[in-house]
Amino acid sequence: MRDAFFRTIVDLGASDERVMFLTADLGYKLFDEFRDRFPGRFLNMGVSEANMVSVSAGLALSGKRPFIYSIVPFATVRCLEQIRIDLCEMQAPVVVVGVGAGYSYGANGPSHHGVDDIGIMRALPGMTVVCPCDPQETADAMRALLAVEKPAYLRLGRAGEATFPGSSSPFKLGFPRILREGADIGIAITGAIAGEALKAADLLVDHGIHPHIISVHTLSDLGETVECIRQARLRAVLTLEEHGPSGGLYEALAGELARRRVQVDLVPVTAPPRFLNVVGGQDYLRKVAKLDAESLVKLILSIRKGGK
Amino acid sequence: MANNCAAQLGRVAVQVRRDILTMSSSAHAGHVGSSFSCVELLVALYFRVARLWPERAEAPERDRIILSKGHAATALYSCLSLRGFFPRDLIKDYGQDGSRLGHHPVKGSLPGIEVSTGSLGHGLGLGSGMALAARMDATGSRVFVIMSDGECNEGSVWESALWAPKHGLGNLTVAIDFNKLQATAPSTELTQLEPLREKWEAFGWEAVEVDGHDLDAVVAAFESSSDSRPKVIVAHTIKGKGVSFMEGSLNWHYRPPSADDVSRALAELE
Repeated sequence: MRDAFFRTIVDLGASDERVMFLTADLGYKLFDEFRDRFPGRFLNMGVSEANMVSVSAGLALSGKRPFIYSIVPFATVRCLEQIRIDLCEMQAPVVVVGVGAGYSYGANGPSHHGVDDIGIMRALPGMTVVCPCDPQETADAMRALLAVEKPAYLRLGRAGEATFPGSSSPFKLGFPRILREGADIGIAITGAIAGEALKAADLLVDHGIHPHIISVHTLSDLGETVECIRQARLRAVLTLEEHGPSGGLYEALAGELARRRVQVDLVPVTAPPRFLNVVGGQDYLRKVAKLDAESLVKLILSIRKGGK
Repeated sequence: MANNCAAQLGRVAVQVRRDILTMSSSAHAGHVGSSFSCVELLVALYFRVARLWPERAEAPERDRIILSKGHAATALYSCLSLRGFFPRDLIKDYGQDGSRLGHHPVKGSLPGIEVSTGSLGHGLGLGSGMALAARMDATGSRVFVIMSDGECNEGSVWESALWAPKHGLGNLTVAIDFNKLQATAPSTELTQLEPLREKWEAFGWEAVEVDGHDLDAVVAAFESSSDSRPKVIVAHTIKGKGVSFMEGSLNWHYRPPSADDVSRALAELE
């Protein structure tokens, strides 16, 4: 996803002179092409996220379209008040890009984990929150966000994710994508954790279970997601997110279902509501947090056994 | 500056202080002292230095004035109304139910308000971005940011202070309303603000000190700028300036003026 981001930001820079890229001293070598092709529109701001947000707002209020980049916690909570006032309150069209969703930076420890950012960004009035599931969705989301003159948070995974079959269906902000058609049980995912859901679906084939998997990329507007779930007539829907329980996909979707009086058996699969006391690679920490494919399989089998 | 011009600006400053008093009193709001201390800085900008066109408030080539110390909103509203950005009548609604004029400015609420402020430490970064955009687009715009001394407690100020000189933003000028008193204590007692001018110089800024109530000096400081470095004006001011019983008193950070306070104060502002 990170590579898709840097490829796409070059494309956007070439097609739209307003596009700028600001980094808080991260993305070594990855931003070289943008910097070399559009030197006046590239700013390495140094390790000063608060200033980066305010400067980007000043640029945006003067007609520029900045994308500002750092690791998830530094791009969000480090400079939260600047995002709240300078971007959201003034509706300055800046895209805040956080790389390293969930446990992407696993061995770097809790300072680098992104397990609270969705809830915090969703809580901000006027903020669009988008969590693409793969490189294709990342590129699509960037184009879509550039077309909207509003602030947004774009939450990326790390490098090396595959593009999932099915994710090439048309992208529209607020409209979930079906990653795999299925029935009876649904898995609503947000972000790159989609890979675990698809892996689980493969493992469940032998059990005669074919989960319906949808990518809920836009977390700030779930009306169409509720509609999508309602139309699929699912017995139960698991929500899967590499994020803690507060304010993430589960809580957001549960709230929207309740608001629209749609009854669905919603089963949360989230990171625990605490910082992990072990470090490790992302795959390892997903297992610790029970967000991995095997844990999902067990959960889905128990749901079926329970006759739910 | 010709004497008659300074005198004219002085008369505007008196009117602005009268507006601040009556607005604060009717809204039962504080921040009178903080608003009084930056009156000359705002009057110099709005009535002399800045290139602004109230009838084209959004003109891309305009100069930007950012009141980063948003708690002095009454001073800003008064200047904008006197300069013709919106009808004078509107300032009577300050702080009232349903009004668009809050105790801190909100962008888009009325013409001429460039940014939303109220939380300290945002204006310098915002202004830096605007100054950079103006240079990229060769609009010729200058950006003026008014900050408070207490605001210099905020770490984000120093992030921006490190950044702007590195980018040679000669079109960016910051005035620090150094009134020596912040919300609850003398500002130099709480943090090591001094030596303030030298700090900014060490950060790479062109830095000058002026008497922030001397309109000639303030105008001259705003009018001169270098091509390659941002400029900071450390404006020595007096909290509550203009009304004897408010000057230099911490009480007038938060205290709303009573009807009696207003009549006594207005008698001094003729």
